[in-house]
Amino acid sequence: MSDPFLSIHGLDAGTEDATILHNLNLEIPRGEIHVIMGPNGAGKSTLMNVLCGSPEYRVTKGSITFCGEDITHATPDARARAGIFMSFQNPLEVEGVTLENFLRLAKQAITGKDVSALMFRLELWKTMESLGMDKSYAQRSLNAGFSGGEKKKGEIVQLLTLDPQLAVLDETDSGLDVDAVRIVSEGIERFHSERNSLIIITHNTKLLEGLPVTAVHIIEGGKVALEGGVELVDRVARDGFTGLVSQP
Amino acid sequence: MSTPVKEEPNAAERFESAYNESMYGFHDESDPAYLTDIGLTPEVLGEISDEKDDPDWMRQYRLDCLKVFNEMTYPSWAPSIAGLDLQSIVAYVRPKARQEASWKDLPEDIQKTFDRLGIPEAERTSLAGVGAQYDSEVVYHNVKKEVADQGVVYTDFESALKGEYAGIVREHFMKLVPVNDHKFAALHGAVWSGGSFVYVPEGVHVDIPLQSYFRFNAPGAGQFEHTMIILEKDSYLHFIEGCSAPKYNVSNLHAGCVELYVGDGARLRYSTIENWSKNMYNLNTKRAIVGAGGTIEWVTGSFGSHTSSLYPTSILKGEGAHCEYTGITFAGAGQDLDTGMRVVHAAPRTTSNINAKSISKAGGACTYRSSVDVTRDGHGSTSSADCSSLILDSESRSDTIPTIRTLVDDVTIGHEAKVGRISSEAVFYLMSRGLSEEDARALIVTGFAEPIAKELPLEYAVEMNNLISLEMKGA
Repeated sequence: MSDPFLSIHGLDAGTEDATILHNLNLEIPRGEIHVIMGPNGAGKSTLMNVLCGSPEYRVTKGSITFCGEDITHATPDARARAGIFMSFQNPLEVEGVTLENFLRLAKQAITGKDVSALMFRLELWKTMESLGMDKSYAQRSLNAGFSGGEKKKGEIVQLLTLDPQLAVLDETDSGLDVDAVRIVSEGIERFHSERNSLIIITHNTKLLEGLPVTAVHIIEGGKVALEGGVELVDRVARDGFTGLVSQP
Repeated sequence: MSTPVKEEPNAAERFESAYNESMYGFHDESDPAYLTDIGLTPEVLGEISDEKDDPDWMRQYRLDCLKVFNEMTYPSWAPSIAGLDLQSIVAYVRPKARQEASWKDLPEDIQKTFDRLGIPEAERTSLAGVGAQYDSEVVYHNVKKEVADQGVVYTDFESALKGEYAGIVREHFMKLVPVNDHKFAALHGAVWSGGSFVYVPEGVHVDIPLQSYFRFNAPGAGQFEHTMIILEKDSYLHFIEGCSAPKYNVSNLHAGCVELYVGDGARLRYSTIENWSKNMYNLNTKRAIVGAGGTIEWVTGSFGSHTSSLYPTSILKGEGAHCEYTGITFAGAGQDLDTGMRVVHAAPRTTSNINAKSISKAGGACTYRSSVDVTRDGHGSTSSADCSSLILDSESRSDTIPTIRTLVDDVTIGHEAKVGRISSEAVFYLMSRGLSEEDARALIVTGFAEPIAKELPLEYAVEMNNLISLEMKGA
């Protein structure tokens, strides 16, 4: 682990009213896929939101460093430009802004270069097709009136287009049918390389089938309660969290 | 967050400087050939009539209007015009140019002004004819030959008043907007100058738009152009007006008048992008009368002015006449923009469709004021209105004041209003994809305005989006 990638150290964070994460530590090296699991309310989504700089949350102690930079208090757009991407559990709807225009602006903001509209469109169509998403969605208002499944596919289209170094997927599979989960899983597989890492929050073992998962972190009560290999996923699926994390 | 605190100029100052660097804020040295004395007297009106060589009836008409003006009071419901001293407004400013049919024959600074505004370029690429007014007079007027060959007349108003259409013009002049309609209609009648006259014969479709551009350069003056458009049966026209002015420290007044006569089965689209500078009192009056099966479509973007009081009116006079209103108003620091529309359903089965949006920020106030009237003849009419407002901060405000009056029962009238703020989750979502907070907010606002932008000709849509981005820089 000579290449410092993502390192979360002694993190206390939460909302204005309550601290949710307590002294949380997490190391994600480059090129790996890490899964985060845990019971409802354990702090999984809080962790993801804090990682991406959501203004709803605040860090009161500890630090987050990414590629050697301290990003604990960086703005969300600075983190995106540094190479972090989060797939939202509930992608927001923005009326009047097409998926294509928005994504091209985002690509330009991240790369700092002008992106040819025509080349971009052709690339985008290809990406959408590979995810079984009709290309007419490119011209529709961002997520507006999309079904749950199309919203999630849209997030993967954004992931593949923006090509970040670290992708954080927050329950990207929730609300998807079996076929859609498979398509999303294939999209993730296509995205992943030794250059980038993924953090996947999921309850769904189907999504992880075929993905080379490096490690699993089980979070409870705002801290990492248990870490292990991919076999933890099956244990959770079989026995639930109760038997796993209650022992110290 | 850990950003160091710098001494930032406030929003209004930042906008001010952005505006001055933008394409509208520049100004020429004011160097008019002739201007009237300050204030409003019969002598000043006489000077205007002399300058214009008015026909006798017009000379008298102006004096009659002044009398009405002096007798009328300003309506109590309308936005305050306390900052406007009518006695210090110069009613007439003749630029140092005669009207030309070629841009290069204009004095260089006036030519440059219109170049910077992109008017000659637009004329070459996407317009059937252009009129350009500089202060009180039209300095350029031209219409493409193939359009003129169809019998379409597009000329400055003074020429129309004296030329072969003099009879028609006199018959229609201030008939839709009578002198006693309101105080500023009377003022307009007294001091009007410039504007355009358009006539489209029966069955003629003008495929590309005509455009009049109004540029105000002289400080402390009034602009009172008169626009009259007559569409005969089954004809079609898209007319665009653009307005801008540099910012001065004294108040300017715009009290133009637009009278639109839409014949049976004809369709007129009237698009406006108004970006007067923020010292302007925009008290403009626009009115259309529509025959059976005819359509008036208003598309309006109001960005500029200190104070606006602007309610395009549609009188649906013939059976099945239709009105479509699509408008957006954007009020920033110090602006009080009172806009909306009026429709009178005066014939059976007439329909109106209203889609109004407003954005207010940095203490700006937007008011949507409308009235829908159905007369005793309006059986089976339908009206639907959809108003949505975006308020960008807690200092700004937005009001919606609809009035509905109907004298018959068998009508369907709906009014929906929504007020919202920019969702902070949506801003975070866009920022998480790399957009700066400012760009994320601007994108959301642009998206909000998009239903209006898509009704505008492309170059105006682009201009509107630029204006929004410019406004959002100070937000």
